[in-house]
Amino acid sequence: MPDPVVLKSGAEPWGAKPRRALSRRNIVLYGTLLVAALYYLLPLYVMIVTSLKGMPEIRLGNIFSPPVEITFEPWAKAWATACTGLNCDGLSRGFWNSVRITVPSTLISILVASVNGYALANWRFKGAEVFFTILIVGAFIPYQVMIYPIVIVLREMGIYGTLTGLVIVHTIFGMPILTLLFRNYFASLPEELFKAARIDGAGFWQIYGRIMLPMSMPIFVVAMILQITGIWNDFLFGVVFTRPDTYPMTVQLNNIVNSVQGVKEYNVNMAATLLTGAVPLIVYFVSGRLFVRGIAAGAVKG
Amino acid sequence: MQHSVSIRDLSLSFGSVSVLKDLNLDIGEGEFLVLLGSSGCGKSTLLNCIAGLLEPTGGQIFIRDRNVTWEEPKDRGIGMVFQSYALYPQMTVEKNLSFGLKVAGMAKAEIDKRVARAAEILQIGPLLKRKPSALSGGQRQRVAIGRALVRDVDVFLFDEPLSNLDAKLRSELRVEIKRLHQSLKNTMIYVTHDQIEALTLADRIAIMKSGVIQQLADPNTIYNMPRNMFVAGFIGSPSMNFLHGEIVERGGRPAFATNGVDFSLDGYAAGEALQPGRKVVLGVRPEHVKVDEDGAEEAHRATVDIEEPMGADNLLWLKHAGHSMSVRVGGARRFAPGTAVRLSFDMGLASLFDAGTEERI
Repeated sequence: MPDPVVLKSGAEPWGAKPRRALSRRNIVLYGTLLVAALYYLLPLYVMIVTSLKGMPEIRLGNIFSPPVEITFEPWAKAWATACTGLNCDGLSRGFWNSVRITVPSTLISILVASVNGYALANWRFKGAEVFFTILIVGAFIPYQVMIYPIVIVLREMGIYGTLTGLVIVHTIFGMPILTLLFRNYFASLPEELFKAARIDGAGFWQIYGRIMLPMSMPIFVVAMILQITGIWNDFLFGVVFTRPDTYPMTVQLNNIVNSVQGVKEYNVNMAATLLTGAVPLIVYFVSGRLFVRGIAAGAVKG
Repeated sequence: MQHSVSIRDLSLSFGSVSVLKDLNLDIGEGEFLVLLGSSGCGKSTLLNCIAGLLEPTGGQIFIRDRNVTWEEPKDRGIGMVFQSYALYPQMTVEKNLSFGLKVAGMAKAEIDKRVARAAEILQIGPLLKRKPSALSGGQRQRVAIGRALVRDVDVFLFDEPLSNLDAKLRSELRVEIKRLHQSLKNTMIYVTHDQIEALTLADRIAIMKSGVIQQLADPNTIYNMPRNMFVAGFIGSPSMNFLHGEIVERGGRPAFATNGVDFSLDGYAAGEALQPGRKVVLGVRPEHVKVDEDGAEEAHRATVDIEEPMGADNLLWLKHAGHSMSVRVGGARRFAPGTAVRLSFDMGLASLFDAGTEERI
């Protein structure tokens, strides 16, 4: 046994083992992360700088160089005056259409799917398994197969081409995956909580509203992110089920970018694309923090 | 005596798996009944049936002579405490206690009175404004008991309430539950797999195995006169020593013979005739095995294999005639491994089982 009193900075190991900052492991690790980050950020960078340049500067062809003269005119044009087919009032019309599609679709689909999931997870009614299986199979049927029948159904109901029709379509198509999401989450909550609430005399809606809902904020946030981004980015249903004056933003964007008349205004196209992508982007940034909050903490042992 | 809870021919099966089979049980007013068994024996299922959280496949449940088989849990006059506490995480302790009363539409003044009374009994007054996540395990379980208490019910159901606590808290709360029962005098049905909890708390214990009650008796009877080998082996730690052998006749009196060694059965109160030649199993608890250090004849001599001192007493593992057996002696008596001792049994406290049916003789 060596003498226990040794120099703290000496050759004897003492306390935490020192780690070198520039070890081979760190270089590989951070290097890989850096390359991956650059790979994803580069296109975004190109879009941003291009959208801030004027057309003469773009024609020089240096897509990576920062703008010499910063101009916000392409953004203004994309928002307010760019021509999409017959209308020349820019993306603003599509933006408000998209808002009017996304907000009700998201709220209704989440509300219905959460009740579905709760009923399937906690109230094992007769035929629950069959019902669930049918719902899940629905998630695997390709959308294209159902478009024509739905067009006919909406036409017969007299809401083809209206925003209401599109909201209904989005709500229905969100149902399988959202129900699955909620069912699995509610099934993961301790069953004894549900039992305790039943002993306390709470009914179906009371348990849902006062016990389950307050404990389920994380999954509601997840469902909201899924629905907002999914519906906002949707193109197929938007182009099929609406008319030019009810086009969502994505369809308008396509019409701006793919217009074949005149010069290609790359700066306007880039600005329009960034504007369209801004909403999902903001949703990700804002909700990321809510994500991590452990709300069910302390429900059970732990 | 009026029965507080009566169960008639209760059976429950999930698909083809039968969990409870024609179970009958009467629980007296103010009785503390413990359902004891290893996991999967159906004890929690039975409790859930009584609570109304599971629908039985057949049979009836009476609480206070009222048929509650089809009634909702809230209408049965029961309160339940769960293993995981099951406190509502987003509500304060006070709201947790009052939730059931609010749902029932009770007046605010009455709710406050009941919450205050429960908080006083359980000494959780200072915690009322806290959330469950800010409580320790023991405090959480107290609140869970309080939630059953405010309902002012006839029957308390406990589903392994202490299993999530550490050993020290467990023994503290065990005493507290017993004190609660003594002061409230409610009927309590308590599910556990812990035999110490069962023996210390129960007025009567029902030992269950694969959906059937093996023995229903007071703790003393269960411990000293187990009805069959399952009960005998389940209760007691370390478990009972089982010696396989047969009945022989020695000097006109029955004796137990194993591997050529005889033990007189004098003092054993057999319920039926002990015919020589019958294959039997002798069960002796470690504390009913006697060892003496003075020399013994070859046949009854055993050697100490391992010694486990436990403070208050001392556990010996003996080797005798091909068997290994455990013996409990006083903590002051020490034996070095290899010591030869004379072995005898306290037959008055031993149990004799039929080797075929495993039932007590």
